[in-house]
Amino acid sequence: MLFPVYWMVNSSLQPSGNTLTADFFPWNPSFAGYEKALSEQGANLVTSLIVSLSTVVTSLAIAAPAAYALAQFRYRWITVALLIVLVSQMIPNIVIANALYSAYNDLGMLNTIPGLVLADSTAAIPFAILILRAFMISIPPSIIEAARVDGAGQWRAFWSIALPVARNSLITAAVFAFLFSWSDFLFALTLTTTDAVRPVTLGIYTYLGTQVANWSAVMATAVLSSIPAILLLVLAQKYIAAGATGGAVK
Amino acid sequence: MTAVIAEVPGPTHVGPGTGRPRRRTRITRESLMKASFIVPAALYVVLFFGYPVVKNVMMSLQAYTSKTFFTGQAPWVGLENYVTVFTSQLFGPAMLNTMLFTVGSIAGQFVIGLALALFFARRFALSGLLRSLLLLPWLLPLIVSSATWRSILDNDSGVLNGLLVSLGLGAVPWLTSTQFALIAVIMVNVWIGIPFNVTILYGGIKEIPAELYEAGALDGAVGWKAFRHITWPNLRPVVSVVLVLGVVYTVKVLDIILGLTNGGPANATQTIAVRSYQESFVNFDFGVGAAFSNILIVISLLFAIIYLRANRRAVDE
Repeated sequence: MLFPVYWMVNSSLQPSGNTLTADFFPWNPSFAGYEKALSEQGANLVTSLIVSLSTVVTSLAIAAPAAYALAQFRYRWITVALLIVLVSQMIPNIVIANALYSAYNDLGMLNTIPGLVLADSTAAIPFAILILRAFMISIPPSIIEAARVDGAGQWRAFWSIALPVARNSLITAAVFAFLFSWSDFLFALTLTTTDAVRPVTLGIYTYLGTQVANWSAVMATAVLSSIPAILLLVLAQKYIAAGATGGAVK
Repeated sequence: MTAVIAEVPGPTHVGPGTGRPRRRTRITRESLMKASFIVPAALYVVLFFGYPVVKNVMMSLQAYTSKTFFTGQAPWVGLENYVTVFTSQLFGPAMLNTMLFTVGSIAGQFVIGLALALFFARRFALSGLLRSLLLLPWLLPLIVSSATWRSILDNDSGVLNGLLVSLGLGAVPWLTSTQFALIAVIMVNVWIGIPFNVTILYGGIKEIPAELYEAGALDGAVGWKAFRHITWPNLRPVVSVVLVLGVVYTVKVLDIILGLTNGGPANATQTIAVRSYQESFVNFDFGVGAAFSNILIVISLLFAIIYLRANRRAVDE
């Protein structure tokens, strides 16, 4: 199962341009691939980082209050709202891309970071709403009531009580929002037409577009784009496991 | 099971009771305040899910081409785009490929995933660590996996063919022959989907009470018998959720196919999703592209309904 991951790292360290002579172990590691990757894809990696972090902020800012409302307020239409959120997760990206392309074109939002961030949030927001709500529903209303009696407004109660209590699920939602956005390929492919705003996933695709001449650079880029996933797996494994079972996504 | 169920819109979840005195002015301010929690999300859902679905239906009934972007004109053409879709030479093969890709991927992911989940369910040293390492392929960007596999499957320089040749077997033109391309793409998608299957199925297996196995063992239900009479029946609700989610995810896969074969060679890996992308963003015929993607919506919704029903049953049991 992990061999391909190993092979990606191994190939990225091979001195020659292709894998024809690749050894099973990089006895003479060469960092030429990384030099090329960083010089050609460094800017794209930064773009990816900016887009992903913005997606995390945007989707949590939109999803967390909604999750709180769906968990703690009494509305008759909550079941319907949840159903809509659940179904929205199943709408294929290509459908969203089709419509957004023409809308973005009219609004001048093609090739912009906000445009990409809002599109990437389509994966994160429904997921975050469901994950956060599942947690916030278990917050005893009495805690929030107590704050309200002390004079706190709804937003104050949300901010200083619900959010801290739901901290773990917030981290889970943030981790997944980051991963969704970092690995987005389709929106980058369809909603950017120049290389003004180019995430690294699209950079890899461009490498693959022509006959690949330099596998070590491609694999070095692949390794660099895998670092967030590897880091999060090490640092936030608990939250990833929670998200995997709780979100049922991808 | 709990976590997957957690997001089922349960009919009984009602917010907290509020015992505050109700004065009219207060209610209005209060309801405005409450609305401010939900309005941004509602607006987002309308603009980024509602609008695209409606727009897509409209586009599929229009001659929406690159010309539209200059003239602003997209004349209505009725069902012409659908006629184009259904009579196009690629429709049959694309539908077949979508089905083969989906069924093949799901079968492979599920069988291997279940085997690994059962394996990990027997406690052994390092099982936790191995299980979390296993998640890695699932967390990598799909295009990274595509690129990696493309190098592994490469005809002349790939390590897989290198291995096959050194074993005395012939090299297989994985991605360049019409015969093998779809198989190769399915293989890669199976690899990507295994971690998810393992995680969910493992969770389901762990939820089965140990007493059932103890009681079963007294009646001689061990090994395969225990699996058939205890594990499988108890796992059924989880299984249906995994399978349905797998289908919903697999029918719309684009990254892997575009990264590995771009729909080629000679259309051997064209699926409905790839057709939709290519009609819209390569041929700039958004009307036909939208017609293709509406087929995807219908398939997804069909399985969404099955998902919701499967989930509800999981709650009842």
